[in-house]
Amino acid sequence: MTARLYKFLQGIPTGLLWVFVVIWTLPTFSLFVNSFRSKNAQTARGWWAFPEDDAALGLGNYSDVLASTSAGGLKQGLVNSFAIAVPATIIPIAIAAFAAYGFAWMDFRFRKGLFIATVSLLAIPSQVALIPLLQTYSGGAHFTIPWLEKTITIIPDMSLAGTTTAVWLTHTAFAMPFAIFLLHNYISQLPKDLFESARIDGADHFTIFWKLVVPLSIPVLAAFAIFQFLWTWNDYLIALTMIGANGANHPATIKIASMAGQFGAREHLLSAGAFVQAAVPLMVFFLLQRFFVRGLLAGSVKG
Amino acid sequence: MADVQLEKINKIYPNGFHAVHDLTLDLADGEFLVLVGPSGCGKSTALRMVAGLEEISGGDLMIGDRRVNDVEPRDRDIAMVFQNYALYPQMSVRDNIGFPLRLKKVEKKARKQQENQAAGILELMEQMDKKPATLSGGQRQRVAMGRAIVRRPSLFLMDEPLSNLDAKLRVQMRAEISGIQRDLGVTTIYVTHDQVEAMTMGDRVAVLKDGHLQQVSDPETLYAEPANVFVAAFIGSPSMNLTEGVVSADGDNYKVTMGDQTVGLSASFVESRPALSGYLDKPVIVGFRPEDLEDAALMPGHPADQRLKATVGIREALGAETLIHFSINSTAVDSGDPDALDELGDDSETRCTARFSPKTKVKRGEEIDISIVSDAMHFFDRQTHLAIR
Repeated sequence: MTARLYKFLQGIPTGLLWVFVVIWTLPTFSLFVNSFRSKNAQTARGWWAFPEDDAALGLGNYSDVLASTSAGGLKQGLVNSFAIAVPATIIPIAIAAFAAYGFAWMDFRFRKGLFIATVSLLAIPSQVALIPLLQTYSGGAHFTIPWLEKTITIIPDMSLAGTTTAVWLTHTAFAMPFAIFLLHNYISQLPKDLFESARIDGADHFTIFWKLVVPLSIPVLAAFAIFQFLWTWNDYLIALTMIGANGANHPATIKIASMAGQFGAREHLLSAGAFVQAAVPLMVFFLLQRFFVRGLLAGSVKG
Repeated sequence: MADVQLEKINKIYPNGFHAVHDLTLDLADGEFLVLVGPSGCGKSTALRMVAGLEEISGGDLMIGDRRVNDVEPRDRDIAMVFQNYALYPQMSVRDNIGFPLRLKKVEKKARKQQENQAAGILELMEQMDKKPATLSGGQRQRVAMGRAIVRRPSLFLMDEPLSNLDAKLRVQMRAEISGIQRDLGVTTIYVTHDQVEAMTMGDRVAVLKDGHLQQVSDPETLYAEPANVFVAAFIGSPSMNLTEGVVSADGDNYKVTMGDQTVGLSASFVESRPALSGYLDKPVIVGFRPEDLEDAALMPGHPADQRLKATVGIREALGAETLIHFSINSTAVDSGDPDALDELGDDSETRCTARFSPKTKVKRGEEIDISIVSDAMHFFDRQTHLAIR
C-alpha cells in the first residue's frame, strides 16, 4: 500500500511537467494543424474539429504560400532573409572572435577601459539608433565646421536605404557588444599554459588564434551563431525600418505579416507561412547542435 | 646547447611585490640546475623570466653570448615543460610533438623523422595518432617532454613537471628525465618544491627563499655544508633537528649544552670550525640530522659523552629504518620554511626526529639513550642564521 502511494507521489513531478508541456505546445500544435486545413474549414470550426472537415488535411496552403507569384512571394522573402541572416551571423562572429582574443590575451594600453566601453554598449537599445542609422545609410554623415562654413563628409552617401545590406550592417553592429562579451568570457577561460606553451613553441598571436583559440572555441561560436541567426532571421523591426516600402527586398517576416492581405482575405495562409519560416531556424539548430561537444579541452591540462 | 647566465635578475611586480632579488646563477653548457624552494619563493617566477613569459625588472639574462632580456620567447631557442603539460587538446600526439617544427616551417619529411625520433626516445610510437584526452598522466607528461626535445633547443625549462603524477610514476619519470637530459646534453633549469627531486636530479641545486638565493652547490655539499638554517632544514628528509644551545670549553674539553642535555665535542671538530671559538658560552643554533642519531643500545662502542637522553614518542617503522620522535627541553628554532608545519606546543621544547636501525627494540614511552655523532653537528649564528665554520 505505502509502496504504491510512494510510487504515485514520485510520479507527480513528471506528471506535472507533462501538463506544462501540453499547455505550452498547444498553440503551436493548433497552428500546425490549421496550416493543413482549407480556408473554409478554418473559418467554420476550431482547429480541434478538424476530423469533421469536408475536405481532408492537405498541403494546399503550403503550395499557395510557396508559389512565387501569389500571396506576396514568400519564396523571395526567404531568399532575402538568408541574404540578411547569413552575413549578420558570420561577420559579427569573425570580428568578435578577434576582438575577444585581443581583449583576453593581448597586452595593450587601455585594454580594460576599451573592454568596459564595448560591453557597456549592451545597454543601448537598437531602437534609439534606428532613425539616425537610416539617415546615415541614405544620406551619409556630414559635419559642418562653424564659422568656416566648411562641410566635411565623414561617411559618404552610399544609398543603402532599402537594401538588405543596410539590415545586416545594423544587425552586425548591434550584435557586436554581446558577441565580444560572450566570446571573451569563454576565450579568457582557456588555460593560460596553452598560450604560453604555444608562444615558446614559436607561435605568434595569429597562429595561436587560428590553431588554438578557434578550434577550442567551437562550442561558444556555435552557440552564438545559433542565437544570432535566430534573432536576425526572426527580426521584423530593423528590416522594416531599413528597407521600408521596397517590397523586393523584404525578408520573410515582413512578407508573412503582409500575407493576410486587405481585410484578411488570405488569413488562412498565415499558419502555413509561419511554419515555412520556422523550418529554417530549426534546421540551423539541429545542424549546429552537434558542435556543442562537451569536454573539448579534455586532456590538455591536468585538472 | 649553450651556457646560461643570470646576472642580478630582479622581478618587481606592478603592485610593488619584489618576487626575485638579485638572482645570480651561472649554468655551464649541458648542466642540470634545479631551482628549489618552498611555495612562493620566486622559483617559478625566475623560470618564467628566463622563458620570457614574465618581464625582467632588472639584471641581465644571457643565453649563449646573447643578452635575451627583450627577446620574444620564441626567439630565445628554449623549450619549456609545464606543470599541467599544456598539450593542445584537439591535436594528435604526433601533431603536438611536431607543433614547434611546423611553426619553424620544417619540411614534412624531416619533420616526420624528427617526430619519430623524439617519440622513440620517449616510447610514444604506439600513441602517435591518439588525442591527449585518451592518454594517461604519465603518457601526457611524455608528450610534453617530446614537444620540448623535438626541436633541440639550447635550453630546457621545466616547471614542476612531475608534480601531477602519482608517487611511483614520479620516481620513474625522475630517472627518465635525468637520463634524457644527459643523453641530449641540453642545459636545463628545473623548478621543483620537492627537495628529493632536487637532490636526485640536479648537477647543482639552487635553494631559494622569499626571492633570495640561499645557496647553490652540488647536492652533496648542500647536504653536508648547508650555508644557513633554512637550507639545513629544507634539504634532507626527515629534516634536520634544530634547537638552541651553548658551546662551552673546559680546557681542551668542548661540549654543547641544549637544555638539560650535554654532548661532548671532539677537539679536532672544533679546530675544523675556527669561527666557533668566537661563539663560546653564547647561545647558538645547533643542528643535527636524524641519520646521525642511533639507538645507543645498538652502538656499544660509541663515546659515552656523545649521548642524548630522551623519552620515545611516536615510533614509525618504515622497514628499512625506524623513525623515533622525541623532545628535548631547549628552545625550538624556526627555520623560516613557510610550508613546514608550525610546531605545536610552546617554544621551550624542541621536537626531534631520529632515524634508527630497524633492529631497534625501543618502545613508546620508554626512557632511552640516543647516541649522537657530534662531529656531524652543525652550528649557526642565532641572529643571522648563517653557518658557523
